[in-house]
Amino acid sequence: MSDTGRKSQEHPDHSGHAHSRAHACQPLGDVVIAVEGGRFGYGGHSSASVARLEIRSGEVIALLGANGSGKTTLMKGFLGLVDRIEGKVELFGEPVERLQDRSAIGYLPQRQSAAGPIPVTVNELVRSGRLTRRNPLGLGRDDGAVQAAIAVVGLTASARKRVSTLSGGQQRRALLARALVGGSQLLLLDEPFAGVDQANQEAIADALDGLLHNGLTLVVVLHELGPLEPLITRVIVMDHGTIRFDGPIEQAPPELLHMGHDHDPHGGPEPTQGIGLVG
Amino acid sequence: MGAVLLANAITAVFKYDFLQRALVAAVLVGITAPAVGIFLVQRRLALIGDGLGHVAVTGVALGLVVHRTPVLIAVIVAVLGAVAIEIVRAASDTTGEIALAVLFYGGIAGGVVLVSKAPSGSRNLTQYLFGSITTTSNGDLVVFAVLAAVVLGVVLLLGPVLFAVSNDEEFARALGIPVIGINILLATLTALTVVVSMRVVGVLLVSALMVVPVATAQLFAGSFRSTCLYAVAVAVVSAVVGIVVSYAVDLPSGGTIVLVTIGFFVLALVASSLLRVMRAGAAHGGK
Repeated sequence: MSDTGRKSQEHPDHSGHAHSRAHACQPLGDVVIAVEGGRFGYGGHSSASVARLEIRSGEVIALLGANGSGKTTLMKGFLGLVDRIEGKVELFGEPVERLQDRSAIGYLPQRQSAAGPIPVTVNELVRSGRLTRRNPLGLGRDDGAVQAAIAVVGLTASARKRVSTLSGGQQRRALLARALVGGSQLLLLDEPFAGVDQANQEAIADALDGLLHNGLTLVVVLHELGPLEPLITRVIVMDHGTIRFDGPIEQAPPELLHMGHDHDPHGGPEPTQGIGLVG
Repeated sequence: MGAVLLANAITAVFKYDFLQRALVAAVLVGITAPAVGIFLVQRRLALIGDGLGHVAVTGVALGLVVHRTPVLIAVIVAVLGAVAIEIVRAASDTTGEIALAVLFYGGIAGGVVLVSKAPSGSRNLTQYLFGSITTTSNGDLVVFAVLAAVVLGVVLLLGPVLFAVSNDEEFARALGIPVIGINILLATLTALTVVVSMRVVGVLLVSALMVVPVATAQLFAGSFRSTCLYAVAVAVVSAVVGIVVSYAVDLPSGGTIVLVTIGFFVLALVASSLLRVMRAGAAHGGK
């Protein structure tokens, strides 16, 4: 497969950068995600469609829209996690369905409870993000990367704690560490701030800010820009399953940036399952 | 009185081959059942062992009808059932619960219908349903040992992958893990464990050894790994104690083992509740 736009990022450092859009001055790299004529959904029913979309290395993109507008479906469409009814998706120049090595991709699902019936430590949860198809067994060498990812999200002191004993915001940070631990060059985060208090939102934004200087490509589904606003370079606004606006954040009409606050008359509220707690 | 019975039972262990075989089988079950069960519990499919146990009934009945080794036929039928349930779950909107229900009913119904045509009638079926240590042959033991080795080998080798899929299926798919294949593998391991357990606790009670020791262990464990280790320890001790008690007091082995396992769970539940109250009291007193 193509290694386009990838760099090694085995041990990300938490450098505590102030939020800034300085990385936006860097020239954009190769195409990381390409969608052409894509229609995505469930059971043959289309929930999001995109005529053409390209996301390049180094971009920081907010995927905005009201509840049920198709943001999450589109993000899952990038990864091949929902039905692709039409069109094609390429990640790093490779058709998504044929992409074998996904170690360059980090993903934070939307409605994931970090705590299941069995006790799981933060270490164990994060370590599971190191699995790839090529090397499912070689976990013994991963301690450094696991500890580094946990440090990035500021949970070193809680690394051996049961995830279920953490606050909702801390659980979300643990899941972010799991998304980061693979040494991702492309990070797809679905509502990282869902149910997370302001302090934890700031902590997550800090962690991401530090990583952006390493050339990370970031796509974030958000209801509101919040603490990530200074980092965002491009905004894609979804409305009723199609892209209503796609461009630099400076050119985005203010009313579109706050569509997430609106009640969606068609989709209704998205189910709130999972941690859904205030951290 | 109790001490005498226990001493007699321990003496009998050294004296009778069938008891030694029963204890070996019990240890095999004690290790394999929770090692597989922990992933089922994490997937919130704790009762799939029950479903596959019911399917194994059809296999056993088929073996009795055709005069072939019921254990081997049960392996084949249970594995086919395991693969079928995961394919149905992956390919349709049918929920896991409905697919399990179909397994429950179909497995038992198939077993009842088939066994009615067996020359020996339903008499022999009972020992597979609820366990029968005295009938465990050397041949059975070899089959169980091979199956247990296969199950444990796969769990040790693919444990991290099984954990990732059990803990978060969507994330595992995003990583590129072949989730459907791993789920079929886990269901197959479950089917093999059911068969390993059929002489000791019986196919209708095996699920208890997959779930209850895990439930006991998670009351005290601090991690997934330690839960697995504690659960294996609880299950092995429960199975061995259950065998000894069942011989000493002349009780059915399967039911006795499961009651002992549940007894440990209740004790652990009480102990953990007391510990929690004591810690809360200490914390309150410290303020």
